[in-house]
Amino acid sequence: MFETFWSLIVEQGWGLALLRGAFVTICIGLVGMVIGLIAAVPFAIARWQRVPVLSQMVDVYSIVVRGVPGLLVIYLLFFGSVDWVQKIAVAFGYRDVAESAYPSIIGILAIATISCAYSIEVMRGALEAVPKGLLEAAKSLALPPGVAFFRITLPLALRLALGGINNVWQMTIKDTSLVSIVGMQELMRMAAIAAGITRSPLLFYCIAASLFFAMTAVSQTLFGLAERHINRGFSGG
Amino acid sequence: MDFTIVAYAIPFLLTGAKTTLLISIFGVGLGLPFGILVALARTSRNRLVCKAADAYCAVFRGTPMLVQIFVIYYGLGQVGFLRANPVIWWLIGDGLHAAILAVLLNTGAYTAEIFRTAFLSLPRGLIEAAEACGMSPWIILRRIKFPLALRQALPSYSSEVAIIVKESSLASTIAVLEITGWAKRLMSETFAIMDIFIITSVFYLTLNVVGLTALKLLERQLWCERRLTRRKATSPCPS
Repeated sequence: MFETFWSLIVEQGWGLALLRGAFVTICIGLVGMVIGLIAAVPFAIARWQRVPVLSQMVDVYSIVVRGVPGLLVIYLLFFGSVDWVQKIAVAFGYRDVAESAYPSIIGILAIATISCAYSIEVMRGALEAVPKGLLEAAKSLALPPGVAFFRITLPLALRLALGGINNVWQMTIKDTSLVSIVGMQELMRMAAIAAGITRSPLLFYCIAASLFFAMTAVSQTLFGLAERHINRGFSGG
Repeated sequence: MDFTIVAYAIPFLLTGAKTTLLISIFGVGLGLPFGILVALARTSRNRLVCKAADAYCAVFRGTPMLVQIFVIYYGLGQVGFLRANPVIWWLIGDGLHAAILAVLLNTGAYTAEIFRTAFLSLPRGLIEAAEACGMSPWIILRRIKFPLALRQALPSYSSEVAIIVKESSLASTIAVLEITGWAKRLMSETFAIMDIFIITSVFYLTLNVVGLTALKLLERQLWCERRLTRRKATSPCPS
């Protein structure tokens, strides 16, 4: 039992492959999450300020993406983009690059699209929860709107949003596993390849599960620390 | 939008919707009682039961659903004595059964978390009052704890129902053709990616809206009951 385990993990090098997959998973998750979060801020502001047409469009986007399974969004982006990505790449003479980097780029884009929709709701809620009085105080000090937003509103909103961002992150890191379905070489895909070649799916999927579990546990702890740090000086924080 | 494609796709997606609905109904119908049981185990005084339920929740909430479904469908089939057991083999040998089992176990962990916080938020005094009346633990659970916790948990549980509908899409990864599975097949068949996506989204949004509206109505029913009792309590005694 232990000997087969040892030979599979160490001698055949599957342990290293899985760790590399886990690293890719973290990278996709982080990059996708950050892109999604940054893109979510202007959208959330549009909804917060009720900008006429943009606000409704953001609403439709967020309702659709939050209402359909992540897998479907990934299928849409993958199958929907094959054509024009190929065209653009050929036009610019990057055919090989496009073929090798294509799954990663679309994978990250898909993760960003999904996490952005959830982040919009989180950010909008946080922006609405910033006390009106503070904004009025900033206005009465004749702070330009840009300064008032970046110095007063956004930092306060981020503090309020941290809990929600934590939830979105937990979901995003788990959603990265879906990208494996369309052939990206991350943890889940590595586990599937290993399971297929060595014919021991139980072992490899369990290892993948424990790696995912470690990721969520570690990030949960980090978020806990961040929350304590960001809430210092606030009563009850 | 091309209407011949719409007309072509809808019958397939409807067959898929049946499977999605089947998985979701099992997920809600069995997942809710199961989740409540786990929540009770997590709040129980028996340390072993409590720890085991905690561990179950942590594992199923900390790993992606895709891993869970693969472990159940591909992984467990590898173990000899599980394959020899007819009941377990019936559960994990078939794609649809495995998908239902995975959804059930996954939603159980999340539901347990929702109900655990609901149970913890119950006012201590009410339960002490019930104990003082000499109610047995089972009656306290049935008459005091559960109705109050349900009211507390319903808003969060309705978003869990929407998640169940979405998670059921992962059944398509183990070759169970539900809505997403059919959508993928139709996408690669017709190349009308956007059209198929829009129709499929309409299916999912309809399912979610119907489910959420039903739960909203139930929630209003429960609140209504509370309003009535409050009115009765504040109205002057007839005698």
